[in-house]
Amino acid sequence: MSELWLHPALILLLGALLLPLVPGRLRPGWLMLVPLLVFARVWAMPSGVFGQVQVLDWTLTFGRVDALSRIFAYIMALMTGIATLYGLHVKENGQHMAAWVYAAGSLGAILAGDLLTLFLFWELMALSSVFLVWYRRTPQSLAAGFRYLLVHMAGGVSLLAGIVLHAQAAGGDLAFNLFDVKHPTLGAWLVMIGFILNAAVPPLHAWLPDAYAEGTFNGSVFLSALTTKTAVYALCRGFAGLDILVPLGVIMALYGVVYAVLENDCRRLLAYHIISQVGYMVAGVGMADLDTPLGQLALNGACAHAFAHILYKGLLFMGCGAVLHMTGQSKFTELGGLWQKMPWAFVFTLVGGLSISAFPLFSGFVSKSMIVAAGFEQHRLWTGFLLMLASVGTFLHTGLKVPYFIWFGQNRCKPETWARAKEAPWNMNAGMAVASALCIFIGCYTPYLYRMLPYPTDFQPYTAYHVSETLQVLFFTAVGFFLLLKKLTPEPTISLDTDWFYRMGGRAFLRFAERRAQAVDNWVGELYRWAGLIPLKAAAFLVGLFDNHVIDGLVDGLGAVVRAVGSRLRTAQRGALQESLTLAFAAVVILVVALLLLF
Amino acid sequence: MNLVRLIAFLRNRLKTVVRIGLAALALLVALDALPGLVDKEHAHTRAEHLPAFWAVFGFVGCVVLIVVSKWFGKAGIMQREDYYDDE
Repeated sequence: MSELWLHPALILLLGALLLPLVPGRLRPGWLMLVPLLVFARVWAMPSGVFGQVQVLDWTLTFGRVDALSRIFAYIMALMTGIATLYGLHVKENGQHMAAWVYAAGSLGAILAGDLLTLFLFWELMALSSVFLVWYRRTPQSLAAGFRYLLVHMAGGVSLLAGIVLHAQAAGGDLAFNLFDVKHPTLGAWLVMIGFILNAAVPPLHAWLPDAYAEGTFNGSVFLSALTTKTAVYALCRGFAGLDILVPLGVIMALYGVVYAVLENDCRRLLAYHIISQVGYMVAGVGMADLDTPLGQLALNGACAHAFAHILYKGLLFMGCGAVLHMTGQSKFTELGGLWQKMPWAFVFTLVGGLSISAFPLFSGFVSKSMIVAAGFEQHRLWTGFLLMLASVGTFLHTGLKVPYFIWFGQNRCKPETWARAKEAPWNMNAGMAVASALCIFIGCYTPYLYRMLPYPTDFQPYTAYHVSETLQVLFFTAVGFFLLLKKLTPEPTISLDTDWFYRMGGRAFLRFAERRAQAVDNWVGELYRWAGLIPLKAAAFLVGLFDNHVIDGLVDGLGAVVRAVGSRLRTAQRGALQESLTLAFAAVVILVVALLLLF
Repeated sequence: MNLVRLIAFLRNRLKTVVRIGLAALALLVALDALPGLVDKEHAHTRAEHLPAFWAVFGFVGCVVLIVVSKWFGKAGIMQREDYYDDE
């Protein structure tokens, strides 16, 4: 049965590989055809276990298709198509290839039936997605990309160490199923840390706003959809019902909201709202004790919210990406009053804003309410009320602050920004239109989403009470927004976050290391001066004396050569010292990893 | 472009738009208070039975979030943009 099973990620990888060979005229067609094929393949996948490969002692499972993996694979494939359409006019093949390999990594991780395959695709995602940041080609994006990569490598090491420990405890069983969430082992904790790093749970979240705000205008659309939601899938699969995730999720939901108040860059604000929204999902996973109907409701809520979130967050990143692409600006202090120039981008962004804010008839309303309802009905009142408070913040920023300060408010555009600004190309608007239509469709016709959920549900979001509750919260948030508009005036600042520790810590370490290395270096240099250079100089002097008396002119040159060799020796030694220091650090790191793996 | 004209139309009548908005707010709270219309059986806590509970929650929540976040930001979190630039 496994021979003929075609992995959707394989279609994407082949599509990416062949892209440079496609002639220019057929390129847009190819860029649309491949994601369509992938989507069709995901849509037609029968349930079951496929693509099992025997490697050494392990059985790798590339295709585990059930309701949980299907809904996530479906939305990833769909969003890949929409985001590719949005960036259709990008000429550089490498950008499309990186995005597709990244999406293939996500699909591979979602369909993986064992932890080793999961890890493989997990790392593929990190390695390919960083290019979506680097292709921005600014010094900031280069640095942010390196930080992104380093943080994800650290998460990958934790994940791998956890997998090894877990497999050892389970007698070599690598199957990726629910961990024992009532009594998690050390291995399970390490795997969870790897997952929640990718889900951007504070304090392991700072890579997200750092990198997503520096990505290319269309690369960040992929980024906003894939990494965190693949991690939500992994949490759903492995840690449903792990209680600690509930407080972590609530903290996330509020943390993102607080930072969003302070943020001046619209895409960084949206990135903080990813953290906030994924907080709902993480809390939902924590509440999902799968033996109870309410736990199943919570897991359904996490999946539904991930599905809706990918679309509306992608839409928001597309809207702000369009502004960035057309004006070159993403800061509120450099924008404003754009409604005359980019009205369609405004409408689409507003649809995204209303969806994320869970307005009735928009997608967030039918998904977020499942998680909040599960919280209240499990009598976790704090969870319920604090998540409602996070909803207030969501509407405040994404529904009100983003549209207001970009398209209305005081016009702070520089003359050249204003002159550049115009409506985005057709394909960008088409991508946003498709995502907007889906956001509204999901909000209006609930069976479309609810039928895909892992557990059957008769959840009814459109009760008079719930509609009234939501409308009151949102409209009175708007009152607060307009009354406190002055306090929210954007300021040209950045906000320190937990990345401060590794950005400044790294610098301090470097300074420390440099000083120490410098000291040793100086000492070695001095030694060479004494042991090497001075005798050489003396020799040169003697030769010079001899020269004065014996062979004028000829040996003068020899003395100079000897002196030059001496100083050369000194610099060469310094270079080698720094090299060996680096090598020593690398060896220590490898040793630690090896020890972790072996024991 | 039609969309631009529509937005301009609304902006020129900002006062009317605001008035309609305020009327909608009042209507919303009034409707919520009608016992027959909004079934409060779905409420989870006692407090939610109070009229306009969620309206107050939304407004107070919004003010608290802004004030607390700004205080947090001014306590040293917000820095000038070149903070990380100087070596």
